[in-house]
Amino acid sequence: MLNSIQQLGHSGLTFFQRLGRACVLLAHIVGGLPGMLLRFPLVIQQMYSVGVLSLLIILVSGLFVGMVLGLQGYNTLVDFGAEESLGVMVALSLVRELGPVVAALLFAGRAGSALTAEIGLMKATEQLSAMEMMAIDPIRRVLTPRFLAGFLSMPLLAAIFSAVGVLGGNFVGVGLLGVDDGAYWSQMQSAVDLYDDINNGVIKSIVFGVVVTWIAVFEGYDAVPTSEGVSRATTRTVVHSSLAILGLDFILTAIMF
Amino acid sequence: MNTRNTEILVGLFVAAGLAALFMLAMKVSNLNIYTNDQGYEVTAHFDDISGLKVRSPVSMAGVRIGQVSDIIFDGQTYEAIVKMRIESKYKTLPKDTSAAIYTAGLLGEKYIGLEAGGDENKLQDKDRIKLTQDSIVLEKLISRFVDKFIDGSDDKK
Repeated sequence: MLNSIQQLGHSGLTFFQRLGRACVLLAHIVGGLPGMLLRFPLVIQQMYSVGVLSLLIILVSGLFVGMVLGLQGYNTLVDFGAEESLGVMVALSLVRELGPVVAALLFAGRAGSALTAEIGLMKATEQLSAMEMMAIDPIRRVLTPRFLAGFLSMPLLAAIFSAVGVLGGNFVGVGLLGVDDGAYWSQMQSAVDLYDDINNGVIKSIVFGVVVTWIAVFEGYDAVPTSEGVSRATTRTVVHSSLAILGLDFILTAIMF
Repeated sequence: MNTRNTEILVGLFVAAGLAALFMLAMKVSNLNIYTNDQGYEVTAHFDDISGLKVRSPVSMAGVRIGQVSDIIFDGQTYEAIVKMRIESKYKTLPKDTSAAIYTAGLLGEKYIGLEAGGDENKLQDKDRIKLTQDSIVLEKLISRFVDKFIDGSDDKK
């Protein structure tokens, strides 16, 4: 009994210690952001591996999510004779929810895990210590550009996801199921609001981008420098960022809509 | 992968992302309706506008020609004053145009449908549309129907 309480206390303390370390790290990273503008090529390099390489999975899943929304939405709406509202349904669910959330989940799996593994391995092979030996701050040299790249890429990826999804829904709804093309777009345009819907979707994706890259970068930097430690850190990145995305999504939705 | 190719790919990625955002803003959302020219404003008084909202469409012959810009309640006459902006390219509406509130589809959104009259004079800015027809409230319609039905059955006795 006492043991299990002790265990609970121990894991609680560990959690808060890690959270504290993560916040200190975040402050350090953010402190390096202005200097990053002078060395933007580093960020571009990272945007390639974080953003461009995630593009394929985002495009394909966006297309399929949109197509599935088109199919499912049509089947439900056609019962009410409201299949003209398909565009509204597809666009709102993508722009408000699925675009930011699914893109962030994919981003965590595709880019976050890679970031953690890369940084963890750098730590395990003592590259980070070597940098410190040369009086180079590894946080500013390695972590900050990755963080900034994730922060910049995520909203773009989410926007691409939503746009491709809307086109996918259009393809299925208009092309295959025979919804009127004009009604698809015009009802969508009259129902989707630039500020309420699209802006909030973009804000969501920015928040998710920050959280996912923060978790990924921290887990890598905090990993136990062994091969097992790196593998655990990578798993933790994906699990924790997925949970954080879904939890934050609920909170943000409650605040915004 | 050399730096140049990386930079080109990142540039394409950023461009694609911005293009997607642009497409969402222009094609998916109602931005293009916002940025339309100011047009001119006409008002109409209704006894009941239930369901009509600011930015609801104003259409004539089924074509959207403007939108509702403001809805005010008049405490003196207990009427709703609806202001609508008509795009300035549709300047030739006759003065005795009538306005009615309709529902798009069975459960769709409310919109104002205008019907042209025969007057030679044209509607000007700040004019008032005098002939109006209220929004049909389903509950009122049903209760009227039920009343009729009960009356009818009473008569038979």
